[in-house]
Amino acid sequence: MSLVSRFTPCLAAFAVAVFAQAAQADEISIAVAANFTAPAKDIAAAFEKETGHKVTPSFGSTGQFYAQINEGAPFDIFLAADDTTPAKLEKEGKTVAGSRFTYAIGTLVLWSAKEGFVDDKGEVLQKDAFEHLSIADPEKAPYGTAAVEALTKLKLWDKLQAKVVKGNNISQAHQFVSTGNAELGFVALSQVYKDGKVTSGSAWIVPTDLYEPIRQDAVILNKAKDNAAAKAFIEFLKGPKGEQIIKSYGYGK
Amino acid sequence: MHSSLTAIWLTVKLATLVTVLLLFIGTPIAWWLSRTRSWLKGPVGAVVTLPLVLPPTVIGFYLLLLMGPHGPVGQAMESVGLSRLPFSFAGLVVASVFYSLPFVVQPIQNAFEAMGSRPLEVAASLRASPWDRFFTVALPLARPGMLTAAILGFAHTVGEFGVVLMIGGNIPGKTQVLSVKIFDYVETMQYEQAHWLAGGMVCFSFLVLLLLYSGRKKSAWV
Repeated sequence: MSLVSRFTPCLAAFAVAVFAQAAQADEISIAVAANFTAPAKDIAAAFEKETGHKVTPSFGSTGQFYAQINEGAPFDIFLAADDTTPAKLEKEGKTVAGSRFTYAIGTLVLWSAKEGFVDDKGEVLQKDAFEHLSIADPEKAPYGTAAVEALTKLKLWDKLQAKVVKGNNISQAHQFVSTGNAELGFVALSQVYKDGKVTSGSAWIVPTDLYEPIRQDAVILNKAKDNAAAKAFIEFLKGPKGEQIIKSYGYGK
Repeated sequence: MHSSLTAIWLTVKLATLVTVLLLFIGTPIAWWLSRTRSWLKGPVGAVVTLPLVLPPTVIGFYLLLLMGPHGPVGQAMESVGLSRLPFSFAGLVVASVFYSLPFVVQPIQNAFEAMGSRPLEVAASLRASPWDRFFTVALPLARPGMLTAAILGFAHTVGEFGVVLMIGGNIPGKTQVLSVKIFDYVETMQYEQAHWLAGGMVCFSFLVLLLLYSGRKKSAWV
């Protein structure tokens, strides 16, 4: 008996197992805006548990994903940090028609890793108590745009501009603050919030009249137009379980 | 185009300063590494070469922690009244010196090793002092290696990206160097400006390498 024929039954069994798996469980890859990292992980885990499908999320800035999708990146679903980028992709015919919807409304927060540093009215911004104010790059990330809007409305942008350091996306803006290199920064509430309270440091939830609402839209991309798992994920995101997770991170809906 | 020029100027300033510093720091290290029989030669050589193999993310991550307010370097800086290094030009200089160190030490070390001990012994027999031997014999003989080191150190600092992205904070005129500026243009879909800078970088890098390889016969850096 040759070596090959001895292994044939094993190979056959393996192949059957692989194909059987593929038949019932689909894989979907999702481009997720950095601010939605924590909830997306929770939602993906809950969705995988309920359906047996496999979800592979990638995290980054919305602008970066737009460029990658334009160049043919193989994502099935895009959870953006704004509503303009998904709308642009829709207009360019890169999404499944009618799939666009607002899955969350983001909340901007002024946050410091230090206890008691940020007061609950944000008056720390008026004082000279810090050297670096971290924001996400407004050219690339909607939370960065919102931060600039808020500072402009507070008439502080001109004064504080020299202290601003820019993270490439909201994750890096948060990282500058969490490592203490910037004393405070504008981040997404979802990054520092769980189940009704701020998890560490001190924070001021920026009043929503200081910036345009951060509507975060989702779309199914063309690659997934016949992918049932992608549709199931969107339904899950819209459904009560998805909504509960999204709200637990401080998003509006 | 104005902000691109700012980025180019900043990059040239950074790379020049780093190259000069590295020649001063790298030459004694290279000299010691080429002459010593100490057991420390292995460990020191390995540490100097580390930045060559480590991903920039590792260097950026640790620098951010070390130079931050909770890190030893950050606390030492603060205790002597200096401002912290992340988000500053000085921070980029420190990071680049570390990051480009092997590119400067290795060619100089190779040049010192290639000359052997003979010229120095001859000089010693003519009663040249150790300092005299180093400055009038060893350094002139190692000149091609030092030139290679300077070119490589400069070019490698210009090409630095990951570390700057992680500790820079993208401040125009202070930490927004050329490579980060190109990244910004690409991310915000301003491909035309990106092309100008990226194309310029390709030409620059080609010229640097051309210079290096054309002069290579005379130098002894491999």
